[in-house]
Amino acid sequence: MTEENMMKKQKVTAVIRRQEEIAEDIYDLWLETELAGSAKPGQFVGVYPPDGAKLLPRPISICKADPEGGLLRLVYRVAGGGTAEFSQMHAGQKLKILGVLGNGFPIEKADGKSIFVMGGGIGIPPMLQTVISLQQRGEAKNINAVLGYRSERFLMEEFTQHCLAYAATEDGSYGTKGNVMDLVREHDLKGDMIFACGPMPMLRAVKEFAQANNIEAYISLEERMACGVGACLGCVCKTKETDAHSKVHNARICTDGPVFEAGSVDI
Amino acid sequence: MNTGVNIAGVSFQNPVMTASGTFGSGMEYSEFVDLNRLGAVVTKGVANVPWPGNPTPRVAETYGGMLNAIGLQNPGIDTFIERDLKFLEDYDTRVIVNVCGKSIEDYVEVVERLSEQKRVDMLEINVSCPNVKEGAIAFGQNTEALMKITGEVKAKAKQPVIMKLSPNVTDIAEMARAAEAAGADAISLINTITGMKIDIHRRKFALANKTGGLSGPAIKPVAVRMVYQASHAVSIPVIGMGGIATWEDAVEFMMAGATAVAVGAMNFVNPTTTIEAVEGIEAFMKQQGIENVTDLIGCVE
Repeated sequence: MTEENMMKKQKVTAVIRRQEEIAEDIYDLWLETELAGSAKPGQFVGVYPPDGAKLLPRPISICKADPEGGLLRLVYRVAGGGTAEFSQMHAGQKLKILGVLGNGFPIEKADGKSIFVMGGGIGIPPMLQTVISLQQRGEAKNINAVLGYRSERFLMEEFTQHCLAYAATEDGSYGTKGNVMDLVREHDLKGDMIFACGPMPMLRAVKEFAQANNIEAYISLEERMACGVGACLGCVCKTKETDAHSKVHNARICTDGPVFEAGSVDI
Repeated sequence: MNTGVNIAGVSFQNPVMTASGTFGSGMEYSEFVDLNRLGAVVTKGVANVPWPGNPTPRVAETYGGMLNAIGLQNPGIDTFIERDLKFLEDYDTRVIVNVCGKSIEDYVEVVERLSEQKRVDMLEINVSCPNVKEGAIAFGQNTEALMKITGEVKAKAKQPVIMKLSPNVTDIAEMARAAEAAGADAISLINTITGMKIDIHRRKFALANKTGGLSGPAIKPVAVRMVYQASHAVSIPVIGMGGIATWEDAVEFMMAGATAVAVGAMNFVNPTTTIEAVEGIEAFMKQQGIENVTDLIGCVE
């Protein structure tokens, strides 16, 4: 297969290798699929609910890609009927997936930089592959993971295998009581680049912090999606400048994103 | 075996098209579909200037369907000609350009800009989008407004004109007859059905626009009924659409009276729905011993 073919978006049938609940309503799903070979950190796949009355693919970020083993790992939260359906499936069952979608984090921009990888809630999973890829590239000056949980922690131990990891919990049950920005302030963490994924209030705070401290930041956005490939214009975000594709102040999160330079989007 | 159809003097290699707004200009789906195998690519609505569309959320899933309120975001006719039409030059398929506007002057401006474009085989005039405040559906919900815009567009158009009709009317046959009387070369239907969804946990509308257009398999029986009624009310060709998910659905629309069909929301679900419909129709014709696909048109008894 040529490199171009490998990058082509496809709808394929994946086989569930294993699945377990790793925190309340958070599921860790391993899929056997040829898409594993071309996945980059920060990209996502669309997962189709087996129930045909639920039409649209659910966008779920890639937590880990194992190209040799042909495995994609998705860690997701049950948020509605579609994800509830996925959570009831087990090894050997099949899922249709569309991918690989989106642009991903610009790992190479972190060369020589001291980088914060920040994740909040269900924005944490894509940051795992991000720190793994940063570590594999080996060009970043240092990597710190800053993770924000409601209460129960998940994936944190795996982060600690690849970098220094800090955590905050909203209820104070572990680490800093509060959110990721409280954590950054408490530890007086200093860096010169941020990669972040999480809920919108967190991303707004990250953007504000980055601008106030003159730090380059890349944030991963989400929005209700339909096609996932840039055709339907359902999942747009506001951009500061006129977007090259749309010719208006809108970019497609599924295709132009989900990762944007924080200053380029109005959030 | 002949799968070709003819609409207003334009020949199509097969009756399967894409529904406007669900396929961009084909660029995004060319990764999944060989555009050369389609009867036509029907492009997303284009206006005289770029339109920003509606706030998000713009889409919401419903049982067997989806609501959208994109609001006809489009890059405007200049970019469309330079980029999208240029992209389509490399493909051997028919190109139907969907045109939208806020006023009759807007529509006519786009139609005139397209008149010299050799790559454009037909125009589809969107008088049925339910998601914009001005224009669009305002021209498609009463016969006088529909006849006026149809006449004005026809007076300037160099390519044959399809009027895309709204299902959000009391009598679709009356609208079809009005379009025909004003000179339309063909009609296409149905556009989406106006709907609403409420998130009961947040007590909020699922769409920022409150209402949106319902599409997908959930609307197919409504669409088949309307295609049947419209095609029996006029003698111009009808392009049928609304929830087509399989080749069987495509055949059903043709039997109801459609000369051609278009796949819409299901492109999002299965990006190769169009190609599967083309192949399925061919296999059906072979199996049934049907020589011309046109024999299917309106054959329901």
